[in-house]
Amino acid sequence: MIEIKDLHKSFGDKEVLKGINLQIPEGKVTCILGGSGCGKSTLIKCLIRLEEPTSGQILVDGKDITHLQNEIRLAAIRRHFGYLFQEGALFDSMTVGENVSFGLKYLTHVPESEYPKIIKEKLALVGLREEVAQLNPSELSGGMKKRVSLARVLAVNPKAILYDEPTTGLDPIMSDIISDLILDLKAKLKVTSVVITHDMRSAFKIADYIAFLYEGKILLHGTPEEFRKTDNPYVKQFVSGSSHGPIQMKLMKE
Amino acid sequence: MMKQIGKYLGGLLAQVGGAAEMVRSSFFWLFRSKFEFHQAMNQGVAIGVESFGVTALTSLFTGMVLALQAGNTINNIFGDPIFVGTIVAFSLIRELGPVLTGVVVSGRAGAAVTAQIGTMAVTEQIDALYTLGTNPIRYLVIPRLFGFVLTMPILTLFSNVFGIIGGYLVAVFALGVPGEIYITDITTFMGVRDFLHGFIKSFIFAFMIGTVCCYKGISTRGGAEGVGKSTTGAVVTTIVLILVLDYFLTAILTALGI
Repeated sequence: MIEIKDLHKSFGDKEVLKGINLQIPEGKVTCILGGSGCGKSTLIKCLIRLEEPTSGQILVDGKDITHLQNEIRLAAIRRHFGYLFQEGALFDSMTVGENVSFGLKYLTHVPESEYPKIIKEKLALVGLREEVAQLNPSELSGGMKKRVSLARVLAVNPKAILYDEPTTGLDPIMSDIISDLILDLKAKLKVTSVVITHDMRSAFKIADYIAFLYEGKILLHGTPEEFRKTDNPYVKQFVSGSSHGPIQMKLMKE
Repeated sequence: MMKQIGKYLGGLLAQVGGAAEMVRSSFFWLFRSKFEFHQAMNQGVAIGVESFGVTALTSLFTGMVLALQAGNTINNIFGDPIFVGTIVAFSLIRELGPVLTGVVVSGRAGAAVTAQIGTMAVTEQIDALYTLGTNPIRYLVIPRLFGFVLTMPILTLFSNVFGIIGGYLVAVFALGVPGEIYITDITTFMGVRDFLHGFIKSFIFAFMIGTVCCYKGISTRGGAEGVGKSTTGAVVTTIVLILVLDYFLTAILTALGI
């Protein structure tokens, strides 16, 4: 389980996260909703310490990782997490196959002779054929890049996967396929998932819990059902996707 | 005005600090992880192949122009082009070999390293390395530092050879110095000390180029524009530092009797 307590993060004078409190239960899908630039990515980057929080606490299975400086211990913590980057972040100097097997070399003791089998298996898991392994990342479409990136994450069997906008920039059908994949992984592998998104359809489909992030704070944390029924005008506006409401008013004031 | 100077100096110091931290981290990981031998070799070969042609060409012509200038000047004073070989070889081996090679390597291979690592930084590939059990210091920086340090002294050696050949061509065919005399002028007056002088310089330049170019790459922010900025920044910084370091190294090495 991941516990976030009163987390603050500033970049220079700008405070992005202003006291986040959140519990992420094991084996469930937690979606973090919020508008562009509200600090969603910063929040999950703090979880694996790609960013160091300014203050507050992050506990992973009871261990405080907030200000861990030892690079070897940090690497040991990151080992439990998979991270799906927004644009895939595939290594463009390597083929798809080499990308998928990259983590195996550093995170596992799997012998190199088994890499082709794992590559094939993980590509199949995300609905890609074996031949894709020979291609370069530049030859892939956006949806394929995301799926290859997911295969790369899955290759090392992480306990938790952090998804940074997994459906952004994809067509509705591909978005739904990715949503199904996330649910599939939860059912088959019991992984803990944290999904950052502003795709409401996907969020309601996959989430066990949703947290709504607005101006650096969690405005509402609950089940999808609670989100549908809420009276909170900010959340209501975001869920309905309307340009009229308190969020727009705030934007205009700035 | 003062505020701006202060801000600039602060930024500069922060960069020096960042680069120093990167070097510290490189040594930390060097002894705590498997050395990426294959990567280091690949980098060394890439740096060598990229820079060899330009290094050879610049050195050849530098040797030629040195012989021509020295030969003509000495001819005007003494009426005979004596010691052309000594002047060419002395300037090349102690100074111009390492400096020219450094400039070429930073412009060719150094820029490529910054652009590549910089692009990886802005497309989150550096973050991806962390999440996949390695880190950019271990996977990108250490192999490249080794690549530069291994390749630069070899390139400098080639640069010296090509420069001396260039000088030979001009001395023999344009100034009419007998070939044997040109060679004897070099072998009589040059010693192991002079080679060591140039070798130490090329080694230190290589380490500096590797450090600056990798650091500029890793600290790149802000998309394609950021990559462009850090690449030009890396080249300008390394070239200036080569010339500045060259003076101080000469002073120190000469004081030490090398």
